[in-house]
Amino acid sequence: MNPLDLARARPGTPFTVTFDGREIEALPGQTVAAALWSAGVTSWRTTRGAGRPRGVFCGIGVCFDCLVTVDGRPGLRACLVPAVPGADIRTQEGTGHDD
Amino acid sequence: MTERPVLAVIGAGPAGLAAALAAAARRVHVVLVDSAAEPGGQFYRQPARRLGARRPQALHHQWRTWERLSEGLVAHLAAGRVTHLSDHHVWCVERESDGRKTTGFTVHALLGPEQERSVAVRADGVLLATGAYEKVLPFPGGTLPGVVTAGGAQAMLKGGLALPGRTAVVAGTGPLLLPVATGLAAAGARVTALVESADPRDVARRARGLAAQPAKLTEAAGYAVRLARHRIPVMARHTVLEAHGRDRLESVAVAALDTEGRAVPGTERRLTCDTLAVGHGLLPHTDLAEGLGCRLDGPAVQVDEEQRTDVPGVWAAGETTGIGGAGLSLAEGHIAGRSAAAHLYGTAPDPGEWAAAARSRTRLRAFFAELDGAYAAPVRWTERLTDATVVCRCEEVTAGAVREAVGALGAGDLRTVKLLTRAGMGWCQGRMCEPGVAGIADCELTPGRRLLARPVPLGVLAAPPEPRRRPGEPTSPR
Ligand SMILES: Cc1cc2nc3c(=O)[nH]c(=O)nc-3n(C[C@H](O)[C@H](O)[C@H](O)COP(=O)(O)OP(=O)(O)OC[C@H]3O[C@@H](n4cnc5c(N)ncnc54)[C@H](O)[C@@H]3O)c2cc1C
Ligand code: FES
Repeated sequence: MNPLDLARARPGTPFTVTFDGREIEALPGQTVAAALWSAGVTSWRTTRGAGRPRGVFCGIGVCFDCLVTVDGRPGLRACLVPAVPGADIRTQEGTGHDD
Repeated sequence: MTERPVLAVIGAGPAGLAAALAAAARRVHVVLVDSAAEPGGQFYRQPARRLGARRPQALHHQWRTWERLSEGLVAHLAAGRVTHLSDHHVWCVERESDGRKTTGFTVHALLGPEQERSVAVRADGVLLATGAYEKVLPFPGGTLPGVVTAGGAQAMLKGGLALPGRTAVVAGTGPLLLPVATGLAAAGARVTALVESADPRDVARRARGLAAQPAKLTEAAGYAVRLARHRIPVMARHTVLEAHGRDRLESVAVAALDTEGRAVPGTERRLTCDTLAVGHGLLPHTDLAEGLGCRLDGPAVQVDEEQRTDVPGVWAAGETTGIGGAGLSLAEGHIAGRSAAAHLYGTAPDPGEWAAAARSRTRLRAFFAELDGAYAAPVRWTERLTDATVVCRCEEVTAGAVREAVGALGAGDLRTVKLLTRAGMGWCQGRMCEPGVAGIADCELTPGRRLLARPVPLGVLAAPPEPRRRPGEPTSPR
């Protein structure tokens, strides 16, 4: 069993996004976080201080642990932002700005 | 035709939807403002439309109630009695007055997931139905990827049909752990343990009132059946001591608790897993109410019998007024919507008309008050934190730093600890770490006093005020 089968999902045509340059498949309607989870990726940020990996924690936009850089824009919450075809998703280091 | 009064309902969960339907049926124009893409809130969170789920009810309980709510909403939307503003994150509600009395409200919301532009919505009354967020107490290894909140795992499953891994442990305390464990298992995860720090006998003893609540008994029996069907072992009076892993979660250490809340020597076990869904209860979202100057009752917004706050023109319903589950949120929302409709037309409502909802409100509040006592957070959890345990996830503040602020530097309240350590000063505005910091510092968990309910880009704050339009139509974004 998987969640898509459980809910008898018939999503639109899958598309490709890249994560740190690697191609992964995403489904229309999925957030960046859901697409990354489905591809087996659970971290996409390193912290400013200790450089530790982080990903989703609260899943509802409250904790800001899931910050990610998409198409050059840092600081987006992966659990809220929809994945779109061709999105260039990158691990965000620190604030994502050159500082 | 006279213009209908406008009620802004903030939050489209069970409470907000019940309120919107009740008010719209009584000739009030409702603007339903919600941060999610689809209505439903936490309990009825819907899969993204484009995922084409043909059997979303497989992820849900009480689907019939949802059908009733969503059909009602669709009818009111079609008739123009309700405007639904999805993807709108409200960051502030402004009260306007002519110097003597309130003349209306302006709701400010950031648009879309990017949240860089703001719109303003005018309303004659405001109904806060913003629900709750999860409380998670810190523990060593708690920031490893793969450790998620219990409700967060549920939200990602219901909304995005995604799982964080294959083998999960569900842990912490509270009734939310049950649907999360059975939900993850139904979706194909192997749930190797439900680790609950409370004692089920205590829960049963406390909830003696259960006998008068057949619906709740059936619900509990349903979970017992599902736990058995998915072969999920329940480890009661156990706790997670530590999460292990290098760059992601690999296993958790669990142990039995004695009656004093201490880990029993020799009972420690390692459970291999790639996911830990953990939660220690819920906390009401109260920022918008605080911004409006509404009185709080402990951590929740205080309301009267009609669900009115102490600020005229502002109602509150659902978990923002105290944790009690979806059924209670529905009852409170219904009452609030009816009360608001009457008052917005300048009439006094007849509480007799909502007697049934008031009875279920009384029953469910009593039930959850009992349950809350039984599920009280594990004691002595602070003793299990090393000095290196991260407490504030945003600012990477450790338990050691908080202890030093209290010990060597003499901080005696949450605010001083924050100023000394930066705990709670990051992006989440302290929502995630406040219970942990307060516990370690052994001081009271005072409301956060967040001026803005969302971090707001400086450009939005610096811009001139948005032009305002009625009735309930948002201004064009800037
Ligand atoms: C992450 C999470 C998952 C949960 N999952 C379950 C579950 O599976 N089963 C269960 O029995 N209980 C669950 N609960 C408990 C849940 O709180 C109640 O069951 C129920 O949903 C409460 O209803 P409500 O209407 O009071 O609030 P909610 O259902 O929480 O609805 C509040 C709504 O307000 C919106 N909102 C909040 N603040 C703002 C703002 N500033 N601007 C705009 N919109 C805003 C939210 O996006 C949400 O849609 C969960 C709780 C959480 C926090
Ligand atoms: S996971 Fe908490 S904000 Fe995205």
